[in-house]
Amino acid sequence: MTTATAQDRETTPSPARPAAIRTQDLRKTYKSSRGDVEAVRGIDLDIPPGEFFGLLGPNGAGKSTTIGMLTTLVRPTGGRAWVAGHDVTREPVEVKRRIGVVTQNNTLDLQLTVAENLQFRSRFFGLSARTAAKRAEALIDAFGLGDRRNAMADQLSGGQARRLLIARALVHKPDVLFLDEPTAGLDPQTRVNLWDILTVLHEQGQTILLTTHYMEEAEALCDRVAVVDHGQVLAAGTLEELKEDVGAVTVVTVRFEQPVPDGLAERAGLAARPGVTKAETDGDQLRVFSADPEGLLGDLIATGTAAGLHVRDATQLKPSLETVFLTLTGREYRE
Amino acid sequence: MTATTINTADTGAADAPVAASIAALITNAPVPHPTLPKTFAAMMAREFRVLGRNAPSTFVRAVVQPLLFVFVFAYVFPKIGSGFTLGAGRTGAGSGSTNFATILVPGLMASQLLMQGIFGVTMPLVSEFSWQRTIEDRALAPVPIRVLAVQKMTAGAIQSFIGACIVLPIVLLVHAAGQAPHVHVTNWFLFALILVAAATVTSALGMLLGTMMDPRKMQVMFAVILLPATMLGCVYYPWSALHSIRWLQILVLINPMVYMSEGLRAVLTPSVGHMPLWAVLLALVGGTAVFGYLGVRSLSNRVLN
Repeated sequence: MTTATAQDRETTPSPARPAAIRTQDLRKTYKSSRGDVEAVRGIDLDIPPGEFFGLLGPNGAGKSTTIGMLTTLVRPTGGRAWVAGHDVTREPVEVKRRIGVVTQNNTLDLQLTVAENLQFRSRFFGLSARTAAKRAEALIDAFGLGDRRNAMADQLSGGQARRLLIARALVHKPDVLFLDEPTAGLDPQTRVNLWDILTVLHEQGQTILLTTHYMEEAEALCDRVAVVDHGQVLAAGTLEELKEDVGAVTVVTVRFEQPVPDGLAERAGLAARPGVTKAETDGDQLRVFSADPEGLLGDLIATGTAAGLHVRDATQLKPSLETVFLTLTGREYRE
Repeated sequence: MTATTINTADTGAADAPVAASIAALITNAPVPHPTLPKTFAAMMAREFRVLGRNAPSTFVRAVVQPLLFVFVFAYVFPKIGSGFTLGAGRTGAGSGSTNFATILVPGLMASQLLMQGIFGVTMPLVSEFSWQRTIEDRALAPVPIRVLAVQKMTAGAIQSFIGACIVLPIVLLVHAAGQAPHVHVTNWFLFALILVAAATVTSALGMLLGTMMDPRKMQVMFAVILLPATMLGCVYYPWSALHSIRWLQILVLINPMVYMSEGLRAVLTPSVGHMPLWAVLLALVGGTAVFGYLGVRSLSNRVLN
């Protein structure tokens, strides 16, 4: 299990065993004239070396702030965090030596060419100019940027820029690779290409922390996933563990043209059906969580029709991260 | 080893990366040994690469304003009979009067130092703190953020120094017949020291302004800071000449530009009245310390939040 318990938190002052990433009650509150904003509200993570770990959550869930704290670019306001065995607040330089970061924005040095971006980043990490040039060439070839070698960084397409960002993060063989929404805004083909690259890196034992708001991305790539919302980890584990812990349910939702009367699900006896774990109304929606969805969709439509409602559309979600999210939060996933 | 082939259709690249070459990046990676001096040197090398790439535009920016100034004031005005002179008695010089070109030489060099030093730091910061926050590229280098700040100030100071050196021959050579400035450097070490101290204080000021001001309102810096600093910075008149406007002579002492102009006046045109060098150096070193400290702190706060 990835997430430390509250008891662990009380008794563990520092990492007791090797972990690529570990956090204890990590918090960040932004102060503003309109009041304090709690972006991260006590996150506990324990990620061993070699793992591909995903932080999954909608925009504004606190993923980027968490990754910012772990990469030393955001000061925590509470709790502690260690990356590659070093405290992010007390030993930021040691942490920066051991991490590669692919930021959500394109933070390439736009004044430099593709090759120069890689060469200078290598030299920042102590490689000689000659070694840096060789390393840059190897990265350019591996990431398919050969014909863009001398292009300025601001002339790259979105997919090329993403590949260069990943290549740049790997120049010094980091212990931990952080990827903050690496495929956001990319077309599906480019996204899948990047998935292939990340899969290969993971197969070579690279520890990766990925934030994403794409469910399918987390499912396709990650060994384990933490579902994050409103600055908190709602659940963490492998996909199978999450389904098991949270409930391997199918979620059937029917949306009507009119608001669903309160209590309709209870009056219709939907909650009492075999396999049903929860039945609820939500505005114009009637939703049922069930391990045995056989015939459920028809019953929901019939229930609504009997109450004088007209069906707009209906969805039936098989057990997945999306149903886990729905079960945990009681609301649909918002990307 | 996996046999995955990665499609790079969006690049049209013939040399599509394969899993093996990406895997080799991990297994065959050179072991880095970053140290503070190595990283600092690499950051400076990056600055010089960018500076070299932008050299033509930087050169033009550095040359146009002082060239026009000396052309109008040291060539056109004397030619049309409107040349300015400054009474020797007022400036404390020993004999005769001082032509305007002599006043302008240290003043325009100081002006150039200020412009290049401030712009050399603030303009990159404006770009790097824009919405994409490319500053994170350098902030993730394995050095403390304060080293990044010092590196940026060093780069700005070098740019400022180079700018002043570009201006010197222009202000010396462009003038009407008989209007040559009376420049006499008696101590080259002191001249270099003043140049370095002035370049450093301007880049430290640039760091403070570049990290404190809203990038979207940077043009306000011209009207509110640079223009008053230049006009009241003893560029076009020596500080001693302000004795007849005593309140202004005291007020302008808060302007770092005054010490830059007066310091250069002391080492380039000593025949013109000027502040004592110890006061100039004290102000420039003190200014560097104060602006530098505040600038480093301000950069750290901007980067880390």
